[in-house]
Amino acid sequence: MRNRLIPYLFVSPAMLLLVAFGIVPILVAAVISTTNMNISAFANWNNVDFVGIDNYTKLFNDPDFWQSIGNTGLFALFGVPAIVLISLAVALLLNSSQHPFFKALRAFYFVPAITAIVAIALVWGYLYNTQFGLLNHLLSLVGIPQVQWLSDPALAKFSVALVAVWRGTGLNIIIFLAALQGVPKEYLEAASLDGASSARTTFSITIPLLRFAIFFVSITTTIAWLQFFDEPFVLTDGGPLGATTSASIFLYKEGFRLNQFGYASAGSIVLFAIIAVITLIQLRIRSADDEY
Amino acid sequence: MSTSQLVRDRSLAKRRRVLVILIGAALGVGALVTAFPFFWMLTTAFKPQREAIDYPPTLLPQEPTLEWFVTLFTELDFGRYLVNTVAVVLIGFAGLMLMAMAGYAFAKFEFRGRRWLFFLVLATMMIPIQVTMIPTYLILNGLHLTNTLVGIALPTLVSGFSIFLFRQFMSTIPTEMLEAARLDGAGEFRTFWQIVLPLSKPILAVQIVLTFISGWNSFLWPLIIASDQKLYTLSVGLALLNQQLAVNPSLQMAAATVMVVPILAVFIVFQRYVIQGFALSGLK
Repeated sequence: MRNRLIPYLFVSPAMLLLVAFGIVPILVAAVISTTNMNISAFANWNNVDFVGIDNYTKLFNDPDFWQSIGNTGLFALFGVPAIVLISLAVALLLNSSQHPFFKALRAFYFVPAITAIVAIALVWGYLYNTQFGLLNHLLSLVGIPQVQWLSDPALAKFSVALVAVWRGTGLNIIIFLAALQGVPKEYLEAASLDGASSARTTFSITIPLLRFAIFFVSITTTIAWLQFFDEPFVLTDGGPLGATTSASIFLYKEGFRLNQFGYASAGSIVLFAIIAVITLIQLRIRSADDEY
Repeated sequence: MSTSQLVRDRSLAKRRRVLVILIGAALGVGALVTAFPFFWMLTTAFKPQREAIDYPPTLLPQEPTLEWFVTLFTELDFGRYLVNTVAVVLIGFAGLMLMAMAGYAFAKFEFRGRRWLFFLVLATMMIPIQVTMIPTYLILNGLHLTNTLVGIALPTLVSGFSIFLFRQFMSTIPTEMLEAARLDGAGEFRTFWQIVLPLSKPILAVQIVLTFISGWNSFLWPLIIASDQKLYTLSVGLALLNQQLAVNPSLQMAAATVMVVPILAVFIVFQRYVIQGFALSGLK
């Protein structure tokens, strides 16, 4: 009898926490999204009323919500290829020689991935500063006039995304380098004996063999962009004029600045659905691809 | 091998060497550009205020000063933020133990509901924080855990992915070793503590380092849960300095340095584990 309880003793503390903070919240979000719950609920739960799908209809008529979805889509559209291509290119180049110098360089590319975003955003904010920032100074040296990195709506999108690209490539470089270890050396040697150039072997042998890694990185990068939050939160707070308000920033503001818990929960359920659908589509493309 | 072929091979080898050198140079420049923001942060942290907002900017501090680090810990409350951050990291280590235990049970015990529970573990890996953010806040609020350090650490204390990694690794521990310990009369928890954990050192090292990094850097939960300044972590304290940019970049860069340098140190010392851990995330 005692023995049969033992595995449960081992799993239950972690499982309880996982259920409490991983599973239950989704159910709670789904329930709250059908109510008008806001900060007044803390004073008296009778202030919470069932409103059906009102939050969802309101959401779909909210231009701010659509702007945030549009921004998020735009970030993903440009950000995913940028991160995947840069990290693939850097990983291939880093892998082109086993010299210790190449090994040592890896650390430089990787470090942005593990440093605190808040600290990093402050540093970039300083670089972007229009009065005394370094970037504008460098541009002025080649005769380019002042650039409004974070206060021009179109440019702010780029500036914020640039920080995310800078931070996002390191992790993917590591994943690609790990995948490159799995490319059989014999294939490459055989190709080079046949007189194929190194560019040719890269494109005809290495990259096709990296297909799974490329696919994996594309999915995780897409999801990361759909959840894009930290960089715009610290650098622009979603501004100017909502130009860098991602879906996550929108939800945060509705939920924690305006305390519209019901409304924000409806938004988070919609975001969850979007992420799930896109992931499923990507998985489907992948399995269709496998049939060849 | 004919002479002409030898000459051709040699010129090919030479061309290849030139190519590698060119690639190395390009990657070197890329690495410097990537690392530049850190360099800029470090040098600015030691510049007097006037120099940091001077135009054109100076590359290295002309009159290096430590005054901003002193300011952070005397006039501002960064000492307290540091203690809070360390506390959040330590609570994270406790969570790590719970995940190791769960991973062990999934790897080495047969029990009713195991498959179903493990499916739950995997399912939680796919749920974005934006969905759980508001309900989790409401739950913590209901438990009166807002404005506590435990409340800050609790939402991210266990992760499905870490349990998964522990399970994968612990599956490779030979069951005979556990049986032997049990025959010797060791209790289950002693077996776990004295046999399983020591044998799991490689994965434990990776996870300890990752837990440290994510606890140290955590931002969203401290921001949401801690409204009392006494409970701010470094990341929240730092975010509040954001408003100071127009006034005092040196102070900001000094604060950013306090936050980034320990991570850089951990990375340099434990580079192997960090890289291994992130490469493992490719398994997800």
